[in-house]
Amino acid sequence: MGLPLMINNDDNNNNKVELSRVAVSDTHGEDSPYFAGWKAYDENPYDESHNPSGVIQMGLAENQVSFDLLESYLEKKNPEGSLWESKGSRGFRENALFQDYHGLKTFRQAMASFMEKIRGGKARFDPDRIVLTAGATAANELLTFILANPNDALLVPTPYYPGFDRDLRWRTGVRIVPIHCDSSNHFQITPEALETAYETARDANIRVRGVLITNPSNPLGATVQKKALEDLLDFCVRKNIHLVSDEIYSGSVFNASEFTSVAEIVENIDDVSVKERVHIVYSLSKDLGLPGFRVGTIYSYNDNVVRTARRMSSFTLVSSQTQHMLASMLSDEEFTEKYIRINRERLRRRYETIVEGLKKEGIECLKGNAGLFCWMNLGFLLNTNTKEGELELWDVILKELKLNISPGSSCHCSEFGWFRVCFANMSEKTLEIALKRIHEFMDRRRKVLNC
Amino acid sequence: MTRTEPNRSSKSDSENSGGGGGGTTAMRVIVPLQGVVQGRGGLFLGSVIPCAFFYFLQFYLKRNRKNEPDSGEPSPDSDPSSGSPDPTRSQSVGNLTELASLPRSLSRILLSPRLSGGAVSISGRAGCVLKGGDSPYHVGQKRVEEDPYDESGNPDGVIELGSAHNTKMDWVSEDPGEAISDGLCMSGIASYEPSHGLIELKTAVAGFMSEATKNSVSFDPTQIVLTSGAASAIEILSFCLADSGNAFLVPTPCSPGYDRDVKWRTGVDLIHVPCRSADNFNISMLVLDRAFYQAKKRGVRIRGVIISNPWNPTGTLLSRENLYALLDFARERNIHIISNEVFAGSVHDEGGEFVSMAEVVDTEENVDRERVHIIYDLSKDLSFPGLRTAAIYSFNESVLSASRKLTTLSPVSSPTQHLLISAISSPKFVQRFVKTNRERLMRVYAELVKGLKELGIECTRSSGGFFCWVDMRGFMSSYSEKGEIELWNKLLNIGKINVIPGSCCHCIEPGWFRLCFSNLSERDVPVVMNRIRKVCETCKSQNCFFGI
Repeated sequence: MGLPLMINNDDNNNNKVELSRVAVSDTHGEDSPYFAGWKAYDENPYDESHNPSGVIQMGLAENQVSFDLLESYLEKKNPEGSLWESKGSRGFRENALFQDYHGLKTFRQAMASFMEKIRGGKARFDPDRIVLTAGATAANELLTFILANPNDALLVPTPYYPGFDRDLRWRTGVRIVPIHCDSSNHFQITPEALETAYETARDANIRVRGVLITNPSNPLGATVQKKALEDLLDFCVRKNIHLVSDEIYSGSVFNASEFTSVAEIVENIDDVSVKERVHIVYSLSKDLGLPGFRVGTIYSYNDNVVRTARRMSSFTLVSSQTQHMLASMLSDEEFTEKYIRINRERLRRRYETIVEGLKKEGIECLKGNAGLFCWMNLGFLLNTNTKEGELELWDVILKELKLNISPGSSCHCSEFGWFRVCFANMSEKTLEIALKRIHEFMDRRRKVLNC
Repeated sequence: MTRTEPNRSSKSDSENSGGGGGGTTAMRVIVPLQGVVQGRGGLFLGSVIPCAFFYFLQFYLKRNRKNEPDSGEPSPDSDPSSGSPDPTRSQSVGNLTELASLPRSLSRILLSPRLSGGAVSISGRAGCVLKGGDSPYHVGQKRVEEDPYDESGNPDGVIELGSAHNTKMDWVSEDPGEAISDGLCMSGIASYEPSHGLIELKTAVAGFMSEATKNSVSFDPTQIVLTSGAASAIEILSFCLADSGNAFLVPTPCSPGYDRDVKWRTGVDLIHVPCRSADNFNISMLVLDRAFYQAKKRGVRIRGVIISNPWNPTGTLLSRENLYALLDFARERNIHIISNEVFAGSVHDEGGEFVSMAEVVDTEENVDRERVHIIYDLSKDLSFPGLRTAAIYSFNESVLSASRKLTTLSPVSSPTQHLLISAISSPKFVQRFVKTNRERLMRVYAELVKGLKELGIECTRSSGGFFCWVDMRGFMSSYSEKGEIELWNKLLNIGKINVIPGSCCHCIEPGWFRLCFSNLSERDVPVVMNRIRKVCETCKSQNCFFGI
């Protein structure tokens, strides 16, 4: 139970009572530029009519492009989907009273079928292996608690979602050891990079418990290649560690055939000792554009992990009302098929709009095929090829262009000058305005350079 | 290993051979070896060689043993809620080792020589969680799930008297039109909102909490952090107020949930401070003090005290004097107080006065207010367990700030928040609801106590909450934990009622049971009594232990 502590002489009166290390640490990461930009947006948010010169939020990966589809389904089409009008007050009662951490069976079945649909039927999901959590954030943290002890490490390829620093580390005491990826091969994970990361951890006497990837990647906006996934699984088997695949953007791949889920790879494997190290995280926040609903899942091929996750999910349960509401929607085959198809198409168009718009200004983006953002390269605009240089540029973009984008350094990118730009959380008109501001900025710059 | 005669001759000889004053066991190993290397650095080699053997053996075993789930932090309390007899415990352990012996397969993958075991391991924390699943708390719950009582559909089913759902308040029928607005607009509820709760909901919750104190306290909405359930609220506070390896003092009997909520993931321990039936299970400041100093002597740093008011499981209301004494205690030792007030709105004793810790610190200095943190749970008082909304109320801005950030990991969903806002914002509705709830609980409780008395069973006076703390010591076959579990088994399997045995609540005296009556209507009480009577008669006919 820990080493015997030296007892502080804190028994005297009038002492301010102390808090824990967790409470006072800054591992929550909310002081990073990633979150600082959000504050700037909160203080001066863009609004088409009321505040056209406000800050445009391009740092929040939210999907609003297909919201109308959801709205029309929930509000007009299906009474089952409404909040409690099914079976009248009795329906409500059932919702209110149900509190089992297993989750509503109908909802889990609906989630399983939705996840299958996204993968084009190339993988099967068993509803009994689905554990519900209040969001993917909670799912990632929960898995970390289950798979690793304090001071152990998870290997995570860079660049990665800034929230992982909090979700995987804050309360768990687990470390992140980065797998460095760079633009020479489009930031794909290589076996060499994996080995290097593993050795780095080993040299520092840190026990590696698993690899956590995001597929499609945040912030890259690109899927992980099938071969890379197979190599990754091999690596995990060799080192006898876990593989967590956060597939939260799986429904946002522009072209379904370009996405390979780790579930597909595992589908053809019979060896339990290989399968049971694989765990998938999913959420409805990104694909369905329902972040406020806080619905996340852990899907694991490991019975012990499922059992433990279920019990631990007591701390982060999804309300039964939410489950009930979404169950009917997700099991509506016609709706989900239409939604997934149209959503992909709209996202692809948005992506093309922004990438082409940037290209006209001489700005290149990583070739992406998924997600709600693009990975933009502004390295050529940096005064110095350093983190400070990058943050300087970020600040200029925030203050002058009034665009909140996310600097690559907050994603732990090993190269400077990359930025994540979200495009799905705004109307097409707003996107045009954002591109216009960039155009004006680049124009000014060109004029200055030509002088 | 040869032993030479001189070394076995007498004890004094052994000591003279210079074993260095170690224990006699150590002597028995070292001395014979010294005989082996007699005369040549005997003591040194005699110590080094067994050590070398020992480490070599460890190394050999480590290289060759199969992977097992780690037990990174084996604590004596790893089966906290387990009052179950050994067979069930070994069953779960059996499952784990079963997993560890799955056949290793080479498939097409090159296995490095380091791969000593087949199954990939999980963390120590997870291991503990898996082991604890066979306690009476979980076993009973499972039985109810498999065979739930229904008045018409399944009259012989198992009646749930274990957990605190308040299923009988049909507030939808109270006045649904007024209580709930029609059609929540999608666009208002789909996007990201602060994970710690909308200010409108916090305001509504603050109003509800004030109502529970009969408006003697006005709760400030900005001091509220909302999260998805009381379990999460307690865990968040545990993370904020204590470091891994520290402990909280908890007077017992206490809620069975603390073992999970406080300990599972935080690494914080609970030190139980027993209260006794002779004192009516009141907290003795003397005993609390003693526990504090004993912990200190052992090197364990106490960071706070966890109390619940109304008390779970006894239903007692803490008096103003109690609360002031606790505050003094906390002040003198510079620790926190977590006051679990989840049943504040369910005080059913007309003569009972619920005093919130918030009221007690209202007039105190800031430095003392900052050590008090209150937990409130809408699900308990509003019969909304499925909607999962609990509140942390604190006067400590740093705690609030950390808690707010932590709620990203356990937020309340937007549709739920909006639903609740419309439901509980009407003061008239809230007042009426709370009043009806109390009256109903009062009636059921009275019936229950009457019925139990007729069976010769006493319980402590419960003034608030959903529990009856029942004295069944007279029906055990032996005055021990084993006797208590036997009786619990009978209640579950013969009586087909699921109650919580006192050992799950860490009660130091066996024979007490927690009976939850919020699931019962007045009509159900006779059914429950019959079931209990059946068990009592079985006990009597088996010559149970009578009287203390």
